[in-house]
Amino acid sequence: MAVWQSPTGRIGLVLVVLVALFSLGGPFVIPFEPNKLDVLHRFAGPTALHWMGTDNLGRDLAVRMAVGGQIALGVALATIGLSLTGGTLLGIAAAYAPVQIERAILVVFDVLSAFPPLIFALAIVALLGPGLDKVIFILAITMVPHFGRIARAQTLSLKQAPFLDATRVLGASAARLVLAHVVPNIMGPLIVLASMDIPVVITLEAGLSFLGIGVPPPRASWGSLLHDGYTNLTQSAWPVTFAGLMLMLATLGFTLFGEALRDAIDPKLRAAP
Amino acid sequence: MSPTLRYVGSRLVTTVLVLVCATVLLFSLTLFIPGNPAEVLLGPRATPEAVAAYSHIMGLDRPLLERLAIFLGNVLKGDLGRDVISGRPVLDLVLEVFPYTLTLTLSAIGLAVLLGVPLGCYAATHPGSVLDQVGAVTSVAFIALPNFVVAVFLVLIFSVWLHWLPVLGVGRDGGWGDAVLRLILPALSLALSWIGYIARLLRASLLEVLGEAHIRTARAYGVPERRIVYRNALKLAAIPTVAILGLGVGRLLGGAIFAEIIFARPGLGTLVYDAIAVRNYPVVQAAVLVVVGVFTLTNLLTDLSYLWLDPRLGRRLGEGR
Repeated sequence: MAVWQSPTGRIGLVLVVLVALFSLGGPFVIPFEPNKLDVLHRFAGPTALHWMGTDNLGRDLAVRMAVGGQIALGVALATIGLSLTGGTLLGIAAAYAPVQIERAILVVFDVLSAFPPLIFALAIVALLGPGLDKVIFILAITMVPHFGRIARAQTLSLKQAPFLDATRVLGASAARLVLAHVVPNIMGPLIVLASMDIPVVITLEAGLSFLGIGVPPPRASWGSLLHDGYTNLTQSAWPVTFAGLMLMLATLGFTLFGEALRDAIDPKLRAAP
Repeated sequence: MSPTLRYVGSRLVTTVLVLVCATVLLFSLTLFIPGNPAEVLLGPRATPEAVAAYSHIMGLDRPLLERLAIFLGNVLKGDLGRDVISGRPVLDLVLEVFPYTLTLTLSAIGLAVLLGVPLGCYAATHPGSVLDQVGAVTSVAFIALPNFVVAVFLVLIFSVWLHWLPVLGVGRDGGWGDAVLRLILPALSLALSWIGYIARLLRASLLEVLGEAHIRTARAYGVPERRIVYRNALKLAAIPTVAILGLGVGRLLGGAIFAEIIFARPGLGTLVYDAIAVRNYPVVQAAVLVVVGVFTLTNLLTDLSYLWLDPRLGRRLGEGR
């Protein structure tokens, strides 16, 4: 595997696998319920029983971190999946559509990217109230232009390729042309972009949950764990330490992994910011 | 019309279009409020008469397009609505706290440039050196670290452990020195990832520019290396960095919300945060509109600044569209 060739890529992959294993496997191994209160043992430090200690309500932090990890990874995958699909289809449509429609799609992209993602999310959540599905939906929409622009540019440069004309002459339908020939050929840079957006989405989800407008309580998210820890900072530093550490390891791991993947798949993208 | 002028013109048109569309979008979001907005704002115990009266005040009983037209007209006049709770114009509320957010944002950007540019220049002129390699690793770590995590840890270290209080608040009565002291940590929490960005980006583009033919020519003429790097190369190499900084102002206006809440500072972020808790939508709307406006305008300025940094771009961009 090409990512394994670079030292930083290796570190990234190891971090990603560790975080994923902990998040998915943790709840099976740790003998505590994530939402079970135990007020008598609140603010405990790490022990053999409670690996990461307990929070302000005596809930086991380790299992809550694992559940938070599931949320972070789940939201990231769902968001990227949605925006990648939507952006790719819109981008290809823009490349093939008449000029007016292409312009309209580009304006939509411009308008969507005129909202900083966090602010956009704030505006919508203020109206509709918090919720996991809304977080995914909002973040996916703000990411669509990102993929759409690249998909359009890639399709435009691919459009004139002789093999596409040949396929068309052979009688392939428009859907087959796009799905079987255009999409696979423009996927490389899009996959790279998607992997580099994972830490961005994880950060945004944690940020929204930190503000109390992401994942509703009592469900644990790294962001809400960090916030709960922050409000009780004078009582115990362990909650913020572990929540910050999890976020740090996950974002660093996915960033290093994404960069190694980019260098492996498409070295030309390296210069792009 | 010269290509450069055409480019500037098309950018101006796009900017206006984006601002209008963003305003319409912000307006149409209010249509998704479940139930009647007046009912939501007045609470469950409101009488039907009060709801009807308030709906009339808010103009909710008029046709949709008329409401949109009124909203757009009001925005153009600088009237963004009234605070549901105090009844004051929301623009006043926003303008009251905006300087705090702007100061924080600009301090963060300033700090990032102050530390990131020398780091990037050093790394580019000494590739492979220890500092270059250490910088390469730490800058990725900085970029990956969410600013609210940094902020929480800064509070933990400086306030809880070291007791170097005061860390929180803006220090209204403590004079300038106090205000600046209290600005350092929030600005640093926002700046950290941008220091990494700027250093990395500048290193890459500076190395690229230093390999170009006109730099070789300057070297052949015996122009001192220092002058080549800081006069000739840096200006060209700065283009991607300026682009990132332009984006940075917008991102930081949004990201400042965390620093403001964690360090208990007044600002747009705190205003929106408090408004969301009580569903004070006009305030959210106005604050978002201001952020989007500033973000869009900085994007425009960023794009136009390329023309000054590299006049060759004007022709290329003007013909490209």
